Amino acid sequence: MTNHWIDLKNSDCILIMGSNAAENHPISFKYITQAQLKGATVISVDPRFTRTSSKADIYAPLRSGTDIAFLGGMIKYILDNNLYNKEYTENYTNAGFIVNKNFGFKDGLFSGYKKNEEGPSMGSYDKSTWTFDMDEKGVPVVDRTLANKQSVFQLLKAHYSRYDLDTVSSVTGTSKEDLATVYKAYSATGAAGKAGTIMYAMGWTQHTVGVQIIRTMSMIQLLLGNMGVAGGGVNALRGESNVQGSTDQALLWHILPGYLKIPSSSMDTLDAYNTKWTPKSNDPLSANWWQNYPKYSVSLLKSYFGEKAVKDNQFGYPWLPKAEDGKSYSWFDIFDSMYKKEIKGFFAWGMNPACSGSNAQKVREAMGNLDWLVNVNLFDNETGSFWRGPGMDPAKIGTEVFMLPAAASVEKEGSISNSGRWMQWRYQGPKPMGNSRPDGDIILELGRRLKEAYKTDGVFKEPILNLKWDYDTHGEFDAHKVAKEINGYFHEDVKVGETVYKKGTLVPSFAFLQSNGSTSSGNWVYCASYTEKGNMAARRSNKDAANNIGLYPEFAWAWPVNRRIIYNRASVDPKGRPYDEKDWVVRFAGEEKDGKYTTSKWEGDIPDGPWYPLQNPDGTKREDGRHPFIMTTHGHGQIFGPGLADGPFPEHYEPIECPVEKNMFSAQMVNPTAVVYGTKADSHATCDPRFPFVGTTYRVSEHWQTGLMTRPQEWLLELQPNVFVEMSEELAKLKGIANGERVKVSSARGALECTAIVTKRFKPFKIGYATVHQVGIPWHYGWRWPETGTEESANLLTPSAGDPNTRIPETKAFMVNVAKL
Amino acid sequence: MTKSIFVDTTICTACRGCQVSCKQWHDLPAEKTKNVGSHQNPQDLSFMTYKLVRMREEIIDNHLQWLFFPDQCRHCVDAPCLATAFNEDAIYQDPATGAILYTQVTKKLAADEIIGSCPYNIPRKAEDGTLAKCDMCNDRVHNGLKPACVTTCPTGAMNFGDREEMLAMAKSRLATVKAKFPKAMLLNPDEVNVIYLVAFDPKYYSDYAVASSGRGGISRSVALRKMMGPLAKMMRV
Repeated sequence: MTNHWIDLKNSDCILIMGSNAAENHPISFKYITQAQLKGATVISVDPRFTRTSSKADIYAPLRSGTDIAFLGGMIKYILDNNLYNKEYTENYTNAGFIVNKNFGFKDGLFSGYKKNEEGPSMGSYDKSTWTFDMDEKGVPVVDRTLANKQSVFQLLKAHYSRYDLDTVSSVTGTSKEDLATVYKAYSATGAAGKAGTIMYAMGWTQHTVGVQIIRTMSMIQLLLGNMGVAGGGVNALRGESNVQGSTDQALLWHILPGYLKIPSSSMDTLDAYNTKWTPKSNDPLSANWWQNYPKYSVSLLKSYFGEKAVKDNQFGYPWLPKAEDGKSYSWFDIFDSMYKKEIKGFFAWGMNPACSGSNAQKVREAMGNLDWLVNVNLFDNETGSFWRGPGMDPAKIGTEVFMLPAAASVEKEGSISNSGRWMQWRYQGPKPMGNSRPDGDIILELGRRLKEAYKTDGVFKEPILNLKWDYDTHGEFDAHKVAKEINGYFHEDVKVGETVYKKGTLVPSFAFLQSNGSTSSGNWVYCASYTEKGNMAARRSNKDAANNIGLYPEFAWAWPVNRRIIYNRASVDPKGRPYDEKDWVVRFAGEEKDGKYTTSKWEGDIPDGPWYPLQNPDGTKREDGRHPFIMTTHGHGQIFGPGLADGPFPEHYEPIECPVEKNMFSAQMVNPTAVVYGTKADSHATCDPRFPFVGTTYRVSEHWQTGLMTRPQEWLLELQPNVFVEMSEELAKLKGIANGERVKVSSARGALECTAIVTKRFKPFKIGYATVHQVGIPWHYGWRWPETGTEESANLLTPSAGDPNTRIPETKAFMVNVAKL
Repeated sequence: MTKSIFVDTTICTACRGCQVSCKQWHDLPAEKTKNVGSHQNPQDLSFMTYKLVRMREEIIDNHLQWLFFPDQCRHCVDAPCLATAFNEDAIYQDPATGAILYTQVTKKLAADEIIGSCPYNIPRKAEDGTLAKCDMCNDRVHNGLKPACVTTCPTGAMNFGDREEMLAMAKSRLATVKAKFPKAMLLNPDEVNVIYLVAFDPKYYSDYAVASSGRGGISRSVALRKMMGPLAKMMRV
C-alpha cells in the first residue's frame, strides 16, 4: 500500500477491483464503512457478485482477464471529458515528457519486439526506443502544456483512443451503462480536494498481464491526482499478515532486502553491479533517491558478512549468489526444474505448494523427483504427504521426507509488517507446543550445522564461513538482535555534521548509511525502525498527528522513516499548500518574507524529504525544491513507464486460455512477452470446445491460504465444509446441474469434484454476439483434511503461465468444463 | 439497567466472525455440515448454534441483493418463552441486564411449547429436551465485557450498550439509512432488546425476522397466569 488501512476512511471513492475485501480483508470494512457513512462511494467490480458487492454503492461485473480493457476505457473517458487533474498531471507526472520519435506501437506490439522460440518467455523487447528526449544538459525535455504531438500525454490519448465504450463492453462483457456509471463516479475524484483509492489483490496480480493491470490503475491515479493524498494511493491488500514484510526482506528471487537487485553473473564486480543499478539524473530538481544505491548495497554486504566485509574484498560481493543472465528462478522455474529432475533437495518452509502452486499436479509430481524434502510447517500437509496423495504410488517415489514442526506466529516474538507497511512488534504468547520450534531457531541451527560442515569440506566455502551468524542469546534465536541488524549499525565512528556517531551504535535512519563500509543495514528501508531510542515497532500510542487523519505516527512504525503515506509531497501544490485543506497529509510551514520562503519546515506526516517546495508563495521557482516522485529517476509520476517487460503503456491481451477467438484491440492475441512452460504437464487449451467456460479461483472469509490452519478447525469447517463451484442459474440449466449437487470441474491439466452453488450472483457475459459463462472455485482445500479426502485443491486446474515481470501464475482466468458426475 | 444489542444489517458483511466467536465463548461443538448450495452454514440455529448469519439472494426492485441477517435471541422485553415456561428455575430474566436466560432445568419444560411461543423461532432443544439459545453473553456483561459477537464485529454492525443508548443509536441510524433505503425499518424495537435495522421488507431476510403473527405469543392459559401475576408464581399454577 502507498497508503494504509486506516486511511481508507479518508477516501471519497473506493474502487474495489481485483479484490474481495469484505470476504478476504474483513477488517478493512471497518474503515470502508466509516468512509461510506461519511458519504464515500464504494464501487465493486468483480466477475461475481460478492459480499463486497453486497455493500457497494455500485456493482459492475466483468469477464476475468479483461481489467486492462475496463481501465483503459476509464483513461479514455477521463481524457475525453477533461476530468484529469490538470495542475497535478502537468507538474507532477511525466505527461509532458517528449518520447523518442522512433518509439512506436502497431497492432498490439511496441517497437523493439523479438520473438523467443525457445521459451518459456514468449518474447521480449529491446527497449532502446522507449526513451525520452533530453536537452543539452541531459535533463528531459518537458512541454508542460502537454500539447506536443510526441508528448507522453498525446501518445497516451492516441493509445487509448481505441478503448471506446463499445469495444470495451464487447471485451469485458460489462454493459456500456455500467462502464459509464463506474467511470463517472471514479473520475469525479479528479477534482481538487477529492480522493479516490483502489483496493486490489490477487484478482489483479495473477494474470499474464497482472503488473500492467496495476500500472493502468496507477496511471489513472496520477491523472486524477490521487497519489500522495489521504484517501488515495494504490493499495495492494496482502494475503497474509506478514507478506509485506517477507517481500521487503526479499522473499522473491529477483531482489535482495530493501528491493535491491539480485546480482547477475555478468556483473562480476561490486562497481559493475552498483553502476548498473544506480540511476543518474542531471536534473537538480530531481531527488533521484536511488542514486544512493551503493550506500544501501554496501551496508547490506556489511550486514551479511560483518567484519569480514572490507573494501579490499569488495565487501564480500563475490560471495553473493549470482543469477545467470537472462535466467529466471521464480516459483514456476523452481518446480519446472524439479519436474525435469534438475533439483535434488527442497525446503518447503511455511508453504504448501502441493495445494498453493498453480498446476498443482505438476508440483506434486515434481516433488517425486527429489532426493529429499524438508517440510517445515505447523502440521503435516499435502506437501509433506504428497507421496501418499491421490494418484501417487509410494512404492515408486524415492523422496525422503523430513518434517520439522514449527511454532505458530503467536508462540514467538518478532515483528510483522502489514499491507500498510507498518512494522508491528509482537510478544510471545504461549510457548511452542511439544517439540515444535520457532523458524528463527530452525534457521539458526541449520546455519550452524552448515558452517560446521563447511569447515572441513565443501566447494566455495567463503560465503558460508564468512556469513555473520550471531543472532542468538543463550543459544536461542533472538528476534531483537535480528531487528537491530536489519536496522543497521555504525561500524566505525562516523561524523555527520557536528555529531559523531559511535562505532557499535544503531544507525538513526538510512540518510546516515554509507558506501565505504562504515555502516551496516540488513534492509535499508527498515533503517530507523530500531534505534538507540528503542524498538519503534513496539510503540503503541493512540495519539494522532496534527492533521488528524488517522496516521497514528507513534503506533508501531512504517517504512520508510515512519512515513505513513508515500509520495506525500504530491499532496501539496508547487507552493507547498495542501490540495485538500480538510484531510491534508503534509503542508509547508516554513517562514516567508517578501513572497519567498526563508526557512524550511513541514507539518503532518513525515514528508518525502526535507526540501523546500518547488515554488515560493509569489510563484517564483526555487532551485532547492524537488519534484515529488522521489523514487523515480526524473522525479515525476510515470504515466509513460519505460521499465516493464511488456510495454510502456498497458495494452489489453487475452489470457493464455480464453473463450474468444479474437482480441478486439489488436492482432496480438495474448501478451507477447508472457511466460508459458512447456513440459507434458503444462498443457493449455484456448477456445477449445472441451473447456468452454471461464474459470477463476478465489478465497472465502472462512478459510485461509491452502486451509492448513483452518480446515482442521471445526468451527471454520462447519461454515465452509466443501470445495464448491459457483455458477449462474443459466449455466446450471444448460448443464442440468441442481443446486448443491456434486459436479466435476476439469481443465486441460486436471479435475476435481466440487459442490455446485447455483447463484444469481454469477451472470453469463455477453461478449460480442456470444454468451460466455464463468465459474469460480475457492482454492483453500486439499485432500489431507477433511478426512473424507474428497475436497481437493482448485490449483489442480490452474495453468503454468505467468506474467513476464513477476512470473506470477495466471490463476484468475483460465478455461474449464463443468459436468454432472 | 437493561442492556440491548443493536444490529445494523446494512453494514453487515457476513464475515461471520460473530457466529464463530459465539461458539468459541460458549465452547460449543461444531456441527457436521455440508454445503447444500449456499454459503450459509449451518442451515439453522440448533442446540449448539446460538447465532447464525442467514444469507439470502433476493431480487428487489430489479436489483440483486445479498442480504445478511445475524439471527439470535431477541431477549424480549416481555418474553413469551419466560411466561410460557412459568418456571424461573428454567427460564428467567436477569434483572441487572434484561437478558433472558435458560438453565438446565428447561429439560423439564414442554420444549415444543416453549419453542412455539417464541415469535422469532429461536430456542432449540437437545435430544433430551433441554433448551438452549443466546444468553447475551451474560457472564461477560457482568464482568464489564461486551458480548463476544459484538466484540468481534469489524464494521460496527453489532453494537451493545444500555437500552436507551441503543434505541437512540438505532433511530439515528435509521434516519440516515432511509436516504439510501427508503423502506428501511427497525424490527419490533419496543418489544425486544436485540434491535435489528433492515434495509428492505424483513420478509426477505428471514421467515421470522419480525414477530410472526402466525406463531408465538402466548396461549390463554399463559395469559391467565400473567394476569394473576405474583400470586400465580407462588402457586406455580
